[in-house]
Amino acid sequence: MLGYILRRCLAVIPVMLLVAVFVFLLLRLTPGDPAAIIAGDMATPAQLERIREAMGLNQPLHVQFATWVGRLLQGDLGVSLISNTPVATMVADRIGPTLSIALLTILMSVAMAVPMGVLAAWKHRSVADYAVMTFSVLGFSVPVFVIGYLFILVFSLKLGWFPVQGYKPLGAGLGAFLSNAFLPALTLSTIYVALIARMTRANMLEVLGEDYIRTARAKGAPERTVLFRHALKNAAVPILTVIGSGFALLIGGVVVTETVFNIPGVGRLTVDAILARDYPVIQAMILLTSFLYVLVNLLIDLSYSIFDPRIRY
Amino acid sequence: MFNRLTATLLASTLLTGTAWAETTIKAVMHSGLRVLDPVITTAHITRNHAYMIYDVLIAQDSEFQPQPQMADWTVSDDKLTYTFTLRDGLSFHDGAPVTAADAVASLQRWAQKDAGGQIIMDRTASLESTDDKTITWMLTEPFVPMLDVLSKQSALPPFIMPARVAATSADEAITDYTGSGPFRFVEAEFQPGLTVVYEKFDDYVPREEPADWMAGGKVVNVDRVEWVNMPDVQTAVNALSGGEIDYIEAMQVDLIPLLEGDPNIVVETREPTGMQTMVRMNFLHPPFDNQEVRQAALKAIQQEPVLAAMVGNPDYYQVCGAILGCGTPLESATGSETLTEGGGAEAARAQLEAAGYDGTPVVLMAPTDMVALATQPVVVSQMLREAGFEVELQPMDWQTLVTRRASQAAPAEGGWNVFITNWMVPEISNPISNPMLNGRGDDAWFGWPTDETIEGLKESFIDAADAETQVQVAGEIQAHALDAGLLIPLGQYTLPQARRTTITEMINSPVPVFWGLQKTE
Repeated sequence: MLGYILRRCLAVIPVMLLVAVFVFLLLRLTPGDPAAIIAGDMATPAQLERIREAMGLNQPLHVQFATWVGRLLQGDLGVSLISNTPVATMVADRIGPTLSIALLTILMSVAMAVPMGVLAAWKHRSVADYAVMTFSVLGFSVPVFVIGYLFILVFSLKLGWFPVQGYKPLGAGLGAFLSNAFLPALTLSTIYVALIARMTRANMLEVLGEDYIRTARAKGAPERTVLFRHALKNAAVPILTVIGSGFALLIGGVVVTETVFNIPGVGRLTVDAILARDYPVIQAMILLTSFLYVLVNLLIDLSYSIFDPRIRY
Repeated sequence: MFNRLTATLLASTLLTGTAWAETTIKAVMHSGLRVLDPVITTAHITRNHAYMIYDVLIAQDSEFQPQPQMADWTVSDDKLTYTFTLRDGLSFHDGAPVTAADAVASLQRWAQKDAGGQIIMDRTASLESTDDKTITWMLTEPFVPMLDVLSKQSALPPFIMPARVAATSADEAITDYTGSGPFRFVEAEFQPGLTVVYEKFDDYVPREEPADWMAGGKVVNVDRVEWVNMPDVQTAVNALSGGEIDYIEAMQVDLIPLLEGDPNIVVETREPTGMQTMVRMNFLHPPFDNQEVRQAALKAIQQEPVLAAMVGNPDYYQVCGAILGCGTPLESATGSETLTEGGGAEAARAQLEAAGYDGTPVVLMAPTDMVALATQPVVVSQMLREAGFEVELQPMDWQTLVTRRASQAAPAEGGWNVFITNWMVPEISNPISNPMLNGRGDDAWFGWPTDETIEGLKESFIDAADAETQVQVAGEIQAHALDAGLLIPLGQYTLPQARRTTITEMINSPVPVFWGLQKTE
């Protein structure tokens, strides 16, 4: 197991290196000029040129790349070209809201979706099954910003239960955090509930048709034990994969939801940086996201062995 | 025991009461603040930020007239020596007094970047502090618009910083944000692009005159102002309706109906001159290297359909053929009849044919990610087509456009023929600061016209003996600029602001300011 983890960790190095080269080149090949953003519309070409020079954007690509990688190896993500703020500070400020809302979304999604999926499979072709499937189709189909605005209209503006926008960290108190984070998490949950519920249902249906389920029932095991100990545990591996991928996607940033609820997360940071061609921030965000994807995938792979003892590393 | 508990509760209630007494304005501005140096950038949000934390020597009032702000001034009879005297009580946020040396250093840094400042410096014999309160600026020749340039409110106003900060290269951003303005920047709470926090600067001494645009007393009646960036205006509208914010600087006109029925919200035009939207052509490449073709384009375009598509509600736009803006002292409509009244399409077709236009495609760059610039290219391209132009409308993001517009290559090799942009009217209301009226070829603004006539007219404007002569020269500049096709104005529009009724007495200045206003709970 330890050897496997070590091998997977070592494999991260060439992956990250490739990502770094690819991101750097892709950004430099994309048209755009951070100096133009800084200087504003009235700047003359000569003024722009002087700003480019001061920012080091006139240096040859390989020099810029070497400087960036050199700093990266020392743990320095650089400084934003636009705001002159250390990128590490910007990311640190933004990762909290994204991580906490991603976690809350996944918790809410799993709490709702797994029982729904189990119920749909257990009561196959019943009203409950059709209801779960209808909800799933809706969850997939309705754009997330529509759901967000709908929730704001009903729960914030009409009922006044939650604030319209903004984010409060856990440090401000659990109540304040949940008050701000609940609606965005609920909005994001709709698609993940739909996804996880469908996946749970499909896998549970398959497992419930297995011989050992019939055996368990024949020996008089309670239905709850059959469903949750025998069936769900065996159906868990693909469900875990979906949950893990979903979490990684959420960490990568959910721009629309962050925009609709005005959450200062990494999604907006990345999009703003792309629009302003703030190279150090974009590079840092893509590297960070890639690293988190690799890490989450590793954790998912490792968790398989908990649910399926046949899997050994 | 009971008494102690009661006392504790009473004390905590009183303390909490004290905290509640702090008056905070939460405002959503037109964009997020990222660049904090008002000299390195012409971005409006940075200028607005600078007006919060810095002060200026002299400022413009609603009649576009310079008025004393940090300093009074005298001008020598020969109009060669300007003496500015700092008023009493000025201090920086770190407690240090504002001195004439600070002002001189700030003016020198500003003049390296600002077009008007450069013109003054070209005529400057000396700029120095003669004592702690006196700045003496000696010119080599009279420069009538001197005070207009120093008091202008946009791109770039000369903000006064401590001399140590002003010593920063004009091409590098400052990192010390000590100002002497009515608000203090709270650096610890600054999140680029997200949140900016200002606190009232208790030691600020406002002038005694009432506030008038950027001039007059900057009396602060609130303790704290928070700028919260919300990229989605719908979210800002929801937050205003829910009472979570107090103010939206710029509303999209199509969202106004959402707020109109709310008795707690006022939607209004803060300042009627607003913005100018306009076409810029590239003088370096066919077909717009030909003046007759540029004139044909001018005749082909009519403002009303462009503004209707862009803004929709006529309450918030006006046709305006004045290149220096309508509602300004130098307003002139000469040569803009077809733009404002239409009927030029036939003449455009005839002129295009006479000019020998060979069907060379016109590359019109169309930014799709800027709401304020997305519709004009579509309407303009159709008008040009109807006049006989072959138009290639190229959608792109704004960043691609700003990079590409700097290219002097032929349109087929990554260059361009036309793009559209917007300006605040006060920043283009003077021929000296209007970038479209720079005719110095490669040193001119994008489009690079070489136009000795406009340069000569600007010299005449600068040398004009009085305001009346300036108006007359401005009229000549208007006529020539349209004839030469230096720009095609597409009209003026305003973006209304929205505020909760708890906010009162806002100053109707082009720059949104937070002094003067009151907030009631």
